[in-house]
Amino acid sequence: MPVQPRTSQPAPAAADAVRLEGVSFGYGETHRALRDINLTLPAGSFHFLTGPSGAGKTTLLKLLTLVEQPTTGRLHLFGQDASRSPRARLPGFRRRMGMVFQDFRLLDHLSAFDNVALPLRLAGRKPDSYRDDVEEMLAWVGLGGRMDDRPPTLSGGEKQRLAIARAVVNRPELILADEPTGSVDAAMGERLLKLFQSMNRLGTTVLIASHDDALAERSGAGLLRLEAGRLVEGAA
Amino acid sequence: MSGAAPRITARLLPEDAGGRGWLIGLIAVLCFLACLAAVGAMAADRAAHGWARQLGAEATVQVRPRVGETGAEAAARAAETLAGVTGVSEAEAMDRKTAEELLRPWVGDAVLPDLPVPFLVTVRLDADAPASAVTLSRALAEAGLDASVDDHSLWRGEVERSAGLITILAVIAFLLTAGAAGAAVAYAVQAGMAAQTALIQTLSLNGASDSRIAWLYQRRYGLMAAGAGAVGTLAAMVLVAALRLLGGTEGLTPALPMVWMDALMLSPCPLLAATVALVAARFTALAGMKRRH
Repeated sequence: MPVQPRTSQPAPAAADAVRLEGVSFGYGETHRALRDINLTLPAGSFHFLTGPSGAGKTTLLKLLTLVEQPTTGRLHLFGQDASRSPRARLPGFRRRMGMVFQDFRLLDHLSAFDNVALPLRLAGRKPDSYRDDVEEMLAWVGLGGRMDDRPPTLSGGEKQRLAIARAVVNRPELILADEPTGSVDAAMGERLLKLFQSMNRLGTTVLIASHDDALAERSGAGLLRLEAGRLVEGAA
Repeated sequence: MSGAAPRITARLLPEDAGGRGWLIGLIAVLCFLACLAAVGAMAADRAAHGWARQLGAEATVQVRPRVGETGAEAAARAAETLAGVTGVSEAEAMDRKTAEELLRPWVGDAVLPDLPVPFLVTVRLDADAPASAVTLSRALAEAGLDASVDDHSLWRGEVERSAGLITILAVIAFLLTAGAAGAAVAYAVQAGMAAQTALIQTLSLNGASDSRIAWLYQRRYGLMAAGAGAVGTLAAMVLVAALRLLGGTEGLTPALPMVWMDALMLSPCPLLAATVALVAARFTALAGMKRRH
């Protein structure tokens, strides 16, 4: 019997941000990283995705960011089938998302400012139109004084905050974050959680993959739990 | 907030750590060679047309005297007849001494006195509306002269065919050079993309389309090829100018006459090099992006 999601969110909006129907994914013929995942994230919801290492959290995020395609089943994003999207449609989906990666994926040759401005620049906005937004976001994550510095000169925590600033700067409809508080201290972790919560209050759907069960519990967000590739809590 | 305006125009594609110098040098050399091929083709074409024009402006008539008439008389009568034909500027019977001078380099002095030297008439044709060999033959026949007309059409045809062949070879050389430049750019793009896999994936995940990513490589290698092409073209222009300066209108040899305009005609070569690089980079980058999915 499917477990109902524990969520702090009100009734879902008209279109679900994410819907997975019987999604499985395997690396090669034998290794099944995800098995028969059924999951719905209503628009405007806030969930934590927890589970032990190797449970499939990162793989699930890879499917949601369209880095991988489901082996079987269907994936819907923003009400559209994204299971077998041609490459030409990927930018359209990704511009509606903000992603925080475990390894940050910052561009070392760009300044902190340019890293945060990246999604806006790629969306075709002119520098003058986003300068204030980027500066404000960098200040908010405590990097206001390091705008011209490049990622190799930043600490792990600073890189993480920079990656988060980049993920949220274009006010995406869906934020997907993989261990976004893993490299920061408790105080900054709480502050970043508040940032995600305030984004969520503005209507952004948030899904955070984390080992930190305590943080997940404290957040009051809905909980999803993966074990051995199966969604054991929070299945739709 | 920082006081100074942060950098906002940094290139999304980082400068390569290495591998650009050889490509710049290669494209410059290829562009230089392509320019030489183009100049060679233009000069050969100019020489061939000059020769063909000269050959086409003249005809040679060999006259065979009738019984009771000397060769010189027959030649003089033929010259007089031909001088009145429309499309003929001048007709002159060639005296034996002149004919012997023409033959001497081929047969030598020893046999020349015994050789039956043909009786010839040289005809200069009107440059704008030259008389044809048929017209000349008909006029000679009507005047009761036994003669054969050589309007040099055989040689002219050979010269024009040679010029055409040289032009085709030059075009092939030009295309092969462009192909080699395109292949070098494609190889560099492939190597660059392989080295920048993480960067490309980050750009893609942040909403960059394949076309946008391909454009980054297009701009990088297009600008590079334009610069390298300019160096190669400039070197070729200097060489052509030097040849024109040292050798006059004949350059180094009458077979390759050069004019100042040849150097100017090379000026679009950097643009062509950039176009080749843009096309090669785009196709390679898009194919590379497609393989990544």
